[in-house]
Amino acid sequence: MPSSVSTLTEERTEEAAPPPPKSSSGCRRWAAWASVAWFLVPALVLFLVFVLAPIVVAVWTGFFKWGGIGPMDDFVGFGNYTKLFDDQVFLGDLGRGLYLILMSVLVQLPFALFTAVLLNQKLRGRAVYRMLFFAPYILSEVVTAVLFTMIFLPGAGMADHLAGFFGLEGLQGKWLADPSTVMPTLFVVMIWKYFGFHMMLFLAGLQSIPSEILEAASIDGAGAWQRFRHITLPLLGPTIRISVFLSIIGSIQLFDLVWVMTAGGPNHSSETMAIAMFQFGFKRYQVGYASAISVVLFMISLVFSLFYQRYVLRRDLTGAVTSGGGR
Amino acid sequence: MASTTPSRRSFLTLAGMAALSVSMTAACGSGGSGGGAADGKVTFDWWNIATTEPGKSLFPEISTAFTKAHPKIAINTTSLENEAFKSKLTATTSSGKLPDVYQTWGGGVLQQQVDAGLVEDITDLLDWSGKLTPVSLQAYQIDGRTYGVPYDIGMVGFWYNKKLFAKAGIAAPPATWAEFLGAVRKLKAAGVTPIALAGKEKWPGHYYWAYLAMRVAGLPALQKAATSKDFTDPGFVKAGAHLKELVDLQPFQPGFLGAGYATPGGQAASMGNGKAAMELMGQWGPSVQKDAGADLGADLGFFPFPTVDGGVGQATEVFGGGGGFALRKGAPKEALDFLKFFVLDNESKLLASNGYLPVVKGAESQLTDTNKKVVAEALVKATGFQLFLDQAYPPAVGQEVNDSVADLIAGKKTPEQVAAAITEAAKSA
Repeated sequence: MPSSVSTLTEERTEEAAPPPPKSSSGCRRWAAWASVAWFLVPALVLFLVFVLAPIVVAVWTGFFKWGGIGPMDDFVGFGNYTKLFDDQVFLGDLGRGLYLILMSVLVQLPFALFTAVLLNQKLRGRAVYRMLFFAPYILSEVVTAVLFTMIFLPGAGMADHLAGFFGLEGLQGKWLADPSTVMPTLFVVMIWKYFGFHMMLFLAGLQSIPSEILEAASIDGAGAWQRFRHITLPLLGPTIRISVFLSIIGSIQLFDLVWVMTAGGPNHSSETMAIAMFQFGFKRYQVGYASAISVVLFMISLVFSLFYQRYVLRRDLTGAVTSGGGR
Repeated sequence: MASTTPSRRSFLTLAGMAALSVSMTAACGSGGSGGGAADGKVTFDWWNIATTEPGKSLFPEISTAFTKAHPKIAINTTSLENEAFKSKLTATTSSGKLPDVYQTWGGGVLQQQVDAGLVEDITDLLDWSGKLTPVSLQAYQIDGRTYGVPYDIGMVGFWYNKKLFAKAGIAAPPATWAEFLGAVRKLKAAGVTPIALAGKEKWPGHYYWAYLAMRVAGLPALQKAATSKDFTDPGFVKAGAHLKELVDLQPFQPGFLGAGYATPGGQAASMGNGKAAMELMGQWGPSVQKDAGADLGADLGFFPFPTVDGGVGQATEVFGGGGGFALRKGAPKEALDFLKFFVLDNESKLLASNGYLPVVKGAESQLTDTNKKVVAEALVKATGFQLFLDQAYPPAVGQEVNDSVADLIAGKKTPEQVAAAITEAAKSA
């Protein structure tokens, strides 16, 4: 994230500053820069106070054993981190994070793409479908979670009735209440909540594909699948790459849905890193240890975003800034 | 154009700076607090958790009555919802400053604040402590010194459905653990879910382990473990083993591991709707049942946690907690006068509101609600008191008790592992 922000601002300022007149004087240029700097001050101050400073404080706190009260004087170095990676539950959290990432990328995104392609065709009531599929994304996480808690309520919930109807009695009373079914159940809720957002992204991408190319391909005798595989999919590349990025970051940091539905249970079997951080920081008051978790969470997100932007998104970003922003 | 540009720019700069400085002062300005002012007027902060009735209207009523009688005193009240209060207090505590008067549950959190030198020792100022029941004061006493004033006290016991007990042919509430297990078997045989439990929230589960520890190992052992940080005493392992006996009977409602407490379909709702025969819960149990399910009315009964054969604990030793107020170190002395007024002069109002249980000796006769009365009478007869373990111990230990006991109930930990996990958390906290 930070790197994308800085590239954008750098490029912008370069393009905004130079054009001014030929009657140039150093003074004039300096004044332009000064005003740019002035306008940056509020944003920079906010960024420093609310983004950079907390990160620095969290990293610093992560080196202490500290209960949140009184002086921080028990320096443990990397003690919190060694403890963290010895903890079976935390290693499980990492595994569950990976599970969510894989499931989102391999199940949720193809599903979103599929609906997007469907709804990109001429179809009666197309706008209504689009709105319906997008609606869950607008609902607040907590509302969604409460809703699904009721649906998956053991004994009385809709899910149990449906399972009975389809002859899946084995699932009744389980769903969120059983360690073996809780993750898939959570993931179903995640799909329901977020696929509409990715569908919208894909729809926007699909609409920017010129129909001439597709037409030309059909004249050349390409079938529907070939057109999709060799034209639509490659041209949708930038959208897919952004979509993957957003859904991975979202999976890593997933908190509110899980917190309200299961609070990480039963017995940690749906705990994510963010839940563990909250548990240790605000329930057990082990602030130092919780800070260490937050640093790990942050580092994973940061390293992932940097590499992803460097190797996957690079072409997309340069394109966007030079051609889209400049002309 | 040329002339307007700079002026507009400087205007924007000024506006930006003004906005910034306002937000900065707003961010830093919340730390200030009362104390004596030049005109002899005393102002102090009061943080409470009265965001629901009856406290929501009763607390302001009491504070207004107090400031009316003492025109030189002003009270800055902040009422926060339970969890919001806890996080805000944590944030305030880490900045080294507490509100003058604030809600406390005593125990481990209060002890941490005391250890950090942030709380006023009111032992010598509290010349009216003799009027309060000893049980109610106990949570706020650390090493023989008193750091808080109670306004509510309660205890945990079994709330049971008399109709379902009759259906299973259980004549009298069980008095021993063996009888209790027998009752569970009878209920199961009669097709009744014996116990409702909120597995998702963990704290209701820890009541079982804590009470069994009190009955088997005894109160002194629990208090000793808190200081020695060693929970591996055979008594605690045995308590876990007794809990396992219960769990092995599968007495809980289907899907209990995902059930909440006050949520729809949760523990209280199962109990209120007559879908389970009993729950181990505090004095607030009946009112939550009413909110989440239905009012059982005269079918609802109460019995104390059974004794365990061969254990040292008595049936009159109770497990519970209440609510109180503590003072910041250096808080104006008028704040304590306010607490005296709040607790002693308004006890009858607090009791009449039907939201609290008596902390003043002899006040239990004023209660009208039968469920409250039965709890208050058990408290009066109490020969020993143990505060909720997740409050009595430092938060890290309390949460570990909750977590490990939840694992035991789910069959993921043995009684020995529970004792070891709590010990490890206590040693490293």
